[in-house]
Amino acid sequence: MTGFYTLFYKEILRFWRVAFQTVAAPVLTALLYLLIFAHVLEAHVEPYPGVRYTAFLIPGLMMMSMLQNAFANSSSSLIQSKITGNIVYVLLPPISHFEFFAAYTLAGAARGIVVGLGVLLATLFFAVPPFAYPAWVVVFAILGCSLMAMLGLIAGIWAEKFDQLAAFQNFLIMPLTFLSGVFYSIHSLPPFWQAVSHLNPVFYMIDGFRYGFFGVADVSPWQSLAVVGFTLAILTVITLTLIKSGYKIRR
Amino acid sequence: MKAIEFNHVGKDFGAFTALKEVSFSVEQGDFFALLGPNGAGKTTLISILGGLTRASRGQTRIMGHDVASDYRAARRAVGIVPQELVFDPFFTVRESLVFQSGYFGLRNNDNWIDEILHNLGLSEKANTNMRALSGGMKRRVMVAQALVHKPPVIVLDEPTAGVDVELRQTLWEFIQRLNTQGHTIVLTTHYLEEAETLCNRIAMLKRGELIALEDKSTMLGRGAARTVELKLKPATLPERLQPLLLKQQESRFTLKLADCNGLEAILSELRAHDITIKDLAISQPDLEEIFVQMMHA
Repeated sequence: MTGFYTLFYKEILRFWRVAFQTVAAPVLTALLYLLIFAHVLEAHVEPYPGVRYTAFLIPGLMMMSMLQNAFANSSSSLIQSKITGNIVYVLLPPISHFEFFAAYTLAGAARGIVVGLGVLLATLFFAVPPFAYPAWVVVFAILGCSLMAMLGLIAGIWAEKFDQLAAFQNFLIMPLTFLSGVFYSIHSLPPFWQAVSHLNPVFYMIDGFRYGFFGVADVSPWQSLAVVGFTLAILTVITLTLIKSGYKIRR
Repeated sequence: MKAIEFNHVGKDFGAFTALKEVSFSVEQGDFFALLGPNGAGKTTLISILGGLTRASRGQTRIMGHDVASDYRAARRAVGIVPQELVFDPFFTVRESLVFQSGYFGLRNNDNWIDEILHNLGLSEKANTNMRALSGGMKRRVMVAQALVHKPPVIVLDEPTAGVDVELRQTLWEFIQRLNTQGHTIVLTTHYLEEAETLCNRIAMLKRGELIALEDKSTMLGRGAARTVELKLKPATLPERLQPLLLKQQESRFTLKLADCNGLEAILSELRAHDITIKDLAISQPDLEEIFVQMMHA
């Protein structure tokens, strides 16, 4: 356990030492989205009866920032270690596959959650969403961040160069998070795009998370939990298999 | 139990065979040199030891533990100093060592960390960020990182490449002390005089194959014959010694010497001709000559 704990702690310290860049910057970005979108749309859109657009937007922005940062943490840590070569210091010790997996995943999730809390604190000034079911908020925050941290691990293991990682981020993670109902309720979409949105696991993370705040959502939180849980299980198996096989890490 | 055992170990990278079928072992307490030109497979062999590379065939054991099936015990038994200068720019020297201890499952390792820092001349740099260190200092930290868990087997892959004289001396003093305390040392280096001075056994690799493995003395006695250089008065060489002559410079004669018994024959021949010896030196071929000979054989 000491191996896991040390690696986890080191990964936390790694992003915390540069918190201005890894926590404050994404919080500011989320705040800018809120200012601009809320200003333009507040008067025109009422996503759910009685829910102001600004309040509706906050959980979406929170979750988007959390997911992107959870992904960024594990993927950037791994690719930096691979490219600078200091990954040997993690590969030479007797750290088990599972410890390696758990440390990177949980540290990524922790950064996501810290960023999410930052976004929440910063946006409370503009609107306070009701915390209808806090347990759902916590469950989807943890599951969503862990899932994205695993995806970050996979991307970090697979990518050999920074531009490969950037491609993964720009062509997969960004579309998945932006087209998931962060800025709108998918009920406002034409039927075709509604159907497409239902194929995106990130939609369920945001929808379930939002249900925790407002008690209303596009689909049932149990359905969201099932989809997110299933995706998480698949990614766990894939990530552990990759680590165990030594794919692109132990040649 | 052997410290290290390679049993028909081979490694292919695609169509390229980096290691053919290498078998040898390193005894506990050895100070062992692994020599060979660039691309001979030394680093591949070391990477297999550390689990950084997986062998395509064969078994590798460290202190009896298989590096694949019993990897945790095998890795606990070995400390490897990688060849490339690598470090984590986020942390200080002490933090790097505390983390490295933690990865090996050790908490509260401060006393030993202090001792390593002291022995490698790093005490003053303990709280300096890794980025701020010179290349030589970074190299010392790399050695320290390999030693945090007091491994019975220590492997140094070209630890003195591009390193100043002072560090080499401090480093070798410390490593020799660890060797006398019972640690097995494996070393690769391109400075053959280091291997000659420090090691008791020497292996040579060439294009992925083991071409020699001997005690240092056996290896040094091999191949190129010894020579004896004599300063004679008068400056003449008896007829019977002429076939042995390699070189003459005024009164200095260099003669081939098959073995030490040959010396008596030379001396008695000189006595018989009333020739006095003013100076005498026997020279052994050094490791470098033997290395070059073997690599071109």
